[in-house]
Amino acid sequence: METLIIILAGVLVSVATYLLLSKNVIRVILGTAILTHAAHLLLMAMGGFHNKSVPIIDGNGTDYVDALPQALILTSIVISFAVTAFFLVLAYRAYQELGTDNLYKLRGSRR
Amino acid sequence: MNNIIVFPMVIPVLTGIFLLFLRRHIILQRWVIILSLLATMIISFIILGQIQTEGILRLDFGDWKPPFGILFVADSFSMLLVLTASFVATACLIYAFFSIGEAYEKMFFYPFVSLLIGGVNGSFLTGDLFNLFVCFEVMLLASYALIALGGKKLQLRESIKYMAINVVSSWIFLVAIAYLYGTLGTLNMAHLSVRIAEVGQTPILTVISILFLIVFSLKAGLLLYQWLPGSYSAPPPAVAAIFGALLTKVGIYALFRIFTLMFYHEPSITHTMIGIMAAITIIGGSIGAIAYNDIRQIISYNVVIAVGFILIGLAVGTNIAFEGSIYYLIHDMVVKALLFLLAGTMIILTGTEQINRVSGLIRNYPVLGWLFFVVMLSLAGIPPLSGFLGKVLVGQGAIESGSYVLLALGFLSTLFVLYSLLRVFLNSFWGETMIMVDDEKPLRKGLVIPCLILTLATVGLGVGAEGISVYVIDAAKTLSNPEIYINAVLNN
Repeated sequence: METLIIILAGVLVSVATYLLLSKNVIRVILGTAILTHAAHLLLMAMGGFHNKSVPIIDGNGTDYVDALPQALILTSIVISFAVTAFFLVLAYRAYQELGTDNLYKLRGSRR
Repeated sequence: MNNIIVFPMVIPVLTGIFLLFLRRHIILQRWVIILSLLATMIISFIILGQIQTEGILRLDFGDWKPPFGILFVADSFSMLLVLTASFVATACLIYAFFSIGEAYEKMFFYPFVSLLIGGVNGSFLTGDLFNLFVCFEVMLLASYALIALGGKKLQLRESIKYMAINVVSSWIFLVAIAYLYGTLGTLNMAHLSVRIAEVGQTPILTVISILFLIVFSLKAGLLLYQWLPGSYSAPPPAVAAIFGALLTKVGIYALFRIFTLMFYHEPSITHTMIGIMAAITIIGGSIGAIAYNDIRQIISYNVVIAVGFILIGLAVGTNIAFEGSIYYLIHDMVVKALLFLLAGTMIILTGTEQINRVSGLIRNYPVLGWLFFVVMLSLAGIPPLSGFLGKVLVGQGAIESGSYVLLALGFLSTLFVLYSLLRVFLNSFWGETMIMVDDEKPLRKGLVIPCLILTLATVGLGVGAEGISVYVIDAAKTLSNPEIYINAVLNN
């Protein structure tokens, strides 16, 4: 199971890298969103599944998954959600104001 | 267990949320945020005093004992930075009251600043790595908003780049946390330190530490500073001052924490890398600082040089060098804010950022000229001012450990700082005045007073170094003896 998740994370990272390297702002934003989710999968895999059930201790305390990675991922999903939403709004405003969503045209330090 | 140490984070965050509801009442917003910052300052001062008598304080949230729960830890190092951050932010906000304009104030400027300060203080205080990530994100989201606020073309362009870079670096942070959790099974900093000491710093741990080095270098502007001059020159002066004074310092704080508390077993790899990166940062920053005519770029590159200099102290890694770095860190927060505010005032008064289009300002605005002169001396490290002690102590540490290259580069950078600012001073303040007395814009008191407060602080830090030396020595002792921190956290 861990292997599968890690391979999935790898695939997501490569997809995200492809998107991040493109010119279009929206693609970059989607790339960052996918990148973060790859990190979440990695966190989960690093916590380990050990073929156990759920992250809840059921009184016996024998049959459960480490709850900490799940808590971290939950927090991180919320953060990435907020950041992506903000990034999309920012890109939209920038498109309105600058008239382009092409990153090459946004280069340079001159105003 | 001490509940007081949660306040430096909670007060700004709650104030930020509260201010959202006061959107139309600008005067009220100003009073609320100033009072909240003053309260934060007073509380930080009280905590700093308590640490001297009771040792390092900690707060376990929900009474989950470490290493299981999340916690806040306050030692002298973090509290000194919290105190300075609140102080500098207060001065910058007073400046903002008089310069930022109603449009900003109605567009939630104060809530964002308040949240930013909450994130900064939280990052200084947190005792586990994941909360460090969360506080970083709180701080960064507020900073994204502050760069873009105002919606000028330049701001939007720079904020897109700034955001993209920071999102990717946050990703690396998450990956590093994931690997660290996978190898050691904990994220509590003190507990991590114990575990790393138990297993020895194996190669995989060194690799993870380098991942952390990359992340925090990006945030601190160490070597990976290419985003910094652009983003720090886009927002209005008050915001740029808060950024220049606070944001990179959080990265520096994290580097110090990580590499003195946890990954200190392989200095030949990690600390050498930090040393090389600091050296390149200083060289690059110096070149940048003398290359531009745009005053905002010049002072942004000065931020970069300071980052390199402070991290020499970490690379050298002796007790004296830590003391020097802490002094210099505090000095730099105050002086960089002052420098950004003065440059902003110049831009407001003359309407241009190009230093060769302005001359003779000192005749029209003598106070401004002399303040700029003082800040220049202070940055160069002339004795009665605050930069001196930090430079001497870092230099002494570098000599002790035989890092002569770093020593030479560090002191050479002083010359470049002095030269770059002298160029501004000679071009803009000396010479024939170009502003007639009739079209002279009045220099409002509101713009000068915060600069005066900060100037007094830099003089005070230099002359009254005895006063803070107790805290600095204690902070350096905690940094060079990780057991103190570990005992304070793990002993129930």
